[in-house]
This record gives sequence, structure tokens and C-alpha cells, in this order.
Amino acid sequence: MIELLPLLLQGTWITIKVTLLGSLVAIACALLAALGRISPIAPLRWLAIVYIEVFRGSSLLVQLFWLYFVLPMPPFNIQLSAFAVAVIGLGLNIGAYGAEVLRGAIRAVPRGQAEACHALNLSPMTRFGRIILPQALLAAIPPGTNLLIELLKNTSLVSLITLSDLAFRARQLNQATLMTLEIFGLALLIYFVLAQLINLGMRLLERRLARGRMRGGLS
Amino acid sequence: MTTLSTHTATPADTPQDAPMVAFRGVTKRYGELTVLDHLDLQVAEGEKVAIIGPSGSGKSTLLRVLMTLETIDDGVIEVDGQPLTHMPDANGSLVPASARYQRGVRGMVGMVFQSFNLFPHMTVRQNVTEAPIRVLGLRKAEARQRAEELLAMVGLEDKLEHYPAQLSGGQQQRVAIARALAMRPKVMLFDEVTSALDPELCGEVLNVIRRLGDAHNLTMLMVTHQMGFAREFADRVCFFNEGQIHEQGTPDELFGNPQRERTQAFLSAVNEAH
Amino acid sequence: MNAFDWAFALEILPRLLDAALTTILIAVSGFGIAVVLGLFLALGRRSRHRWLAWPTGALVEFIRSTPLLIQLYVVFYVLPNYGLSLTALQAGILGIALHYACYTAEVYRAGLDAVPRAQWEAVTALNLAPLAAYRDVILPQALRPILPALGNYLISILKDTPVLSAITVVEIMQRAKNIGSETFRYLEPITMVGLFFLILSLGLAWLVRRLENRLETAR
Repeated sequence: MIELLPLLLQGTWITIKVTLLGSLVAIACALLAALGRISPIAPLRWLAIVYIEVFRGSSLLVQLFWLYFVLPMPPFNIQLSAFAVAVIGLGLNIGAYGAEVLRGAIRAVPRGQAEACHALNLSPMTRFGRIILPQALLAAIPPGTNLLIELLKNTSLVSLITLSDLAFRARQLNQATLMTLEIFGLALLIYFVLAQLINLGMRLLERRLARGRMRGGLS
Repeated sequence: MTTLSTHTATPADTPQDAPMVAFRGVTKRYGELTVLDHLDLQVAEGEKVAIIGPSGSGKSTLLRVLMTLETIDDGVIEVDGQPLTHMPDANGSLVPASARYQRGVRGMVGMVFQSFNLFPHMTVRQNVTEAPIRVLGLRKAEARQRAEELLAMVGLEDKLEHYPAQLSGGQQQRVAIARALAMRPKVMLFDEVTSALDPELCGEVLNVIRRLGDAHNLTMLMVTHQMGFAREFADRVCFFNEGQIHEQGTPDELFGNPQRERTQAFLSAVNEAH
Repeated sequence: MNAFDWAFALEILPRLLDAALTTILIAVSGFGIAVVLGLFLALGRRSRHRWLAWPTGALVEFIRSTPLLIQLYVVFYVLPNYGLSLTALQAGILGIALHYACYTAEVYRAGLDAVPRAQWEAVTALNLAPLAAYRDVILPQALRPILPALGNYLISILKDTPVLSAITVVEIMQRAKNIGSETFRYLEPITMVGLFFLILSLGLAWLVRRLENRLETAR
């Protein structure tokens, strides 16, 4: 069984890279789309709604295939590597879900916070950037953690556009060795461990950001 | 805010004579409900006015429109002689104020809320320095020094680096008072500032307000359920009912010898409850 | 060959719709099994017997934090070694049902937890048999938060059906890919598949919202 590990770990490294970069793209997309969604400028709002609904509503694998097979063709002629498609596709997809999470978190910040900003004459930019958003981001961490784990799990689909991630290597080894149970069992275990690492990391982040603050007090 | 043609700035409204705060025919409606009904109220500089009355009578709305947290449907509000929601145009008649103009006038007013509304992700010091740095453009050191002085005044100089959640309700409310004062307002609004506090914590907050009244020439409007405090502290008490000032006078007049039936009924009901 | 070719789109529509039937079959039967299986998992997890509750909880958590794709590989490639040979379609339905049963189990758990404690006490006081207690008292009350959440998982299952193409199931995405490799035109088939999922999931989401409102007013 030990001979399986090197290839699986190579795949794991790709999985980790796609997860990390995809998360960054997802967070950026979520932030932009959430801002657009609550913007007073109507066209920005529509743009954000279309982005969110399209990427949540059409299937992720369809999106990956679209980026991988359709984009290089006319009229687009944009050739992206499988790795770039993976990062961009996963980021856009999870970002659309993240935008809704973030919007909910922004709306959940107590009204009194905005009123206090108003009474202190803070500008709308300061109000949002320094007071509302930091509180919303903290509240968005638990649902955001679930989305990052979704993203990790979804990275397995990039094996279907030829990227040699963990799922790809597992499939490849399976065809070569027929040690079916061991290979897929190990792969599942690795994904499980990665998911727990995300969980742990986010919990540490939350604790660090929430230092000095207890939940449930008047605020 | 459409029917404003009748309200024009008159020569009598020169800054010297002008009261610090003036409500002239202010009306505020929520749909069918009229919360402020052609309200007239003038508060002189340095005057302490307590506003009492049954819940739903529009007391808090009075403060909220003065803080521009709510818009008004009719009338004019002036702070230090300057109309708050309107500005004079070239002909001297009043038009709805621009956001920029409003921010300027709003800077003269500070407010303390029932639920404190401290910023939970900032330390006590950051809570107090944030607006002076961002709005008044104070340097960090200046703002810090101002915060330290004010927090010493409210008796919390040792809590600078604490977060709001680490403080008691009374301490949080004292920070909120310091935060509002750091903007150097001319008018301070207190909206039921002790209502969210346990009874034993009210005293420390009221003491701070008392000291504030002694030390500064601040104009203060407070909505309160603490009749004892209103009686002892205020220069004038307004009994508010159905969107209007039903009766007003010095504390001794209003509490000692209320003239109107509705006021008497309210005061005796309050007394019974205690 | 530049923009969207409507004639070609019309030409391939029947083939796509034919495969869409498979997609819907997978989603509906997978959902049906997940709804029932999830209930058993939820009850198992709530069991007072720790030897049942603990492994059930661990299984649910494990399946939820690992990718559907690898789980499908396990069902399709590993189970035959242990005498359970399934067609690709059967394996796919079983895999997706198993995966989502772990999600529906959590829905049931949350719904049951939302039933006020006093109701459980009343059930005990009346000395109802556990089965009767669940059937007559607890479940009807728990249904209100549960139904919309289940509806949302139907949408998720639908959007995950393209993953089954990895184990050779010819659902709508695989059919689109086949058309693409036959004709070297990917734009039309893959875009149409995306629209198919978008329309279905938006429509279902609308139905779920209506259901939610009806349940809200029925109280």
C-alpha cells in the first residue's frame, strides 16, 4: 500500500494548491458581488444578481466544462490551462454562494451600529469599511467554513478536465493496480483530513478575530 | 418634505437670539400614524430638558429626527440658528439640505443610545478615537489624549484597552457618553440611556450625566423614565403625549403641581409603579 | 463558425432532452432514497445506544466532508469486488443518494431539535410508544423547517448529477460532451445544458419559496 502514496501525495499537492487559490478567488468574488448586491447603483445590483444566480443555478461541472471546452473556441478564443480553469471556475462558483452568505451577514449587523456611525458623523465609506464589514466578516466565518469545505470537495471535479489532482491520481492508480479499496479509501481519508484542517484553521482565525469579544452581549 | 414654502428665514432668527435647538411645526408620520404633530419646542443654550411621557408618544422620535436618523414630513428644525434638514438657497427660502450641508450641522449634535451601540470589534480607546480621527481629522496622538481625558471623566481611564463585551452595561454606556463627547457637540441627546441597565448600574451613568451638566455649558435633551433624576437634574420637563408637548414647566411645577389631567394621570401611574 | 448557431442548437435539442430524462430520473430517485435513508441516519444518530449513535454520526460527518466523486468511484469500482455488481446508473443513483442522505439526516436532526422540549416531555408523560410518538406528535411539528430544506437539497442533487458522467452514466452533460466531440462544436451543447440546469434550479427554488410561505401562513 505504501507504494501508492507518492502519486497520491503529488495529487494532494495539486488539490491543496487549487483549494487555496480557488478560495482566494472565491473570497474576492464574494466580496465584490455582495457589495454589488447591496449597492445603491441599480446596474451594479443587477450585474451582481445575474452573476450570483447563474453561478449558483447552473451546475459546477457544466461551468468547468464551459470554461475548458467552449472558451478556447470562437468567438472567445481564450485558451486557459486546466489549472487556471480549475481555480477560476471553482472560485467563481463558490464566490456566488459566498456573496449570499456575506450579504446575510452584512444585513445581520445590528441597526444600532449604523445609527451610532450616523450620530458620530462617520462617512458612508468609513461606516461600511471600518464598522459594518469587520463585524459581518466575523459572523460569516462559520458559514464560510462550510463553503470552503465544499470548495475542497469540488476540487475533485477538476480531475475530469485532466488536471492531475488527488482524484485524478486515485483513478489513474486504480486502473494500473486494481487495489481499488485501498486507493479510494486513502483518497477519501486525505480529503477528510484536509477538510478537518480547514475547519481547524477557520476556528483559529475566528478566535483570533473575536479576541476580547463574547457573543450574545449587547452591542 | 415638500410643503415648506411658508417657512423662510426671518430676520428675528439671528444667531444671538436664536435658541440652541428649535422645532418649528415639525410633523413626522409613519404611514397613518402621526408621531410628531406640528411640534414646537425651543431649547436655550446650556439648558437641560427632560422629556417624559407614555411609550409610543413620540419622545424618542423627537431625538431621532434631531439626530437626522429619521426624516421629517413637515416643519423646520434648527440647531444653533442653522436649519438642520433644509438650507437657505440664493433667495433666502429654504430647500432640502444637501448631504454635505447636513453633515456639517449634524456635527453639532451628539447622541447616546439606549442600547449603547458601541463598536464591539474595537477597544474602548478605538471606540472613542475613531470618529475624531476620521471625521474631525485629529492626529492619532491628539485623539488619544482627548479619549484619555474623557474616559477619566467618566471614570474608566483603566479600561482603555478593554473590549466592550468585557465591560458591564453601565461601563459600556459611560464609554458611549465619552465617545459622543469626543466629537465636541454643542447639543447632547440621551435616549433612555438607563433603560437597558440593571437598576444598580443606573446610578453610575446618571452620575456621569450629572457631572457633565455641572462642568459644561452643554445643551442636553434627555428622554427618560427616571422621574427622580429628571426632577433633580433638568431645568425644564416636557410631558409628551400624542406627538405634542402636552404640558411643560420647571420640575417643581410639573411634578409638584401638574395642571392637566393627562399629566396627572401619567404621573400618578408612574408613582404607583414605584 | 462564430456566434451561437441556432439551427444547430435546434438540431441537437432532441438528443439533449432525451438525456435530460436520465438526469431527472437520477435526481428524483436519488432524492427519494436520500429522504428515507436520511431519516434512518438521523434517528440512528439520536439513538440512546452509543454503539449506534457514535458510528452513525462518524459516518455522516465523514461522507459530508469527502467528495461525491470519490464516493461514486467506491460504489462503482469497489463494491463489485465484494459481489455487488451494479450498472453505472444504479451505482450513480445509490452513490448520490448515500451522499445526500447524510445531508438530509442533518436536516431532520435540526428539525427534530427545533421541536420544543415540552413536547418530548408530553410524549413521555403520555407513555406513547417511540414509533407512535415520532409518527403522531414529533414529525408533524418538525416538518415545517424540514420541507423547504429538503427542497433545497433536491436542487443540489440535480446540480450534482453531471458528476455521474465520471462513472460513464450518460446524463445530459455527458450527452453534450459527446455531441461536442462528434461535431467539434461545444458552445451550443454546453451552454444549453447550463441553461437547462439554471432554469430548473431557479424554478425549483421558486417552488421551495412558495412552499416556505405556505407553511409560514399555515400556522
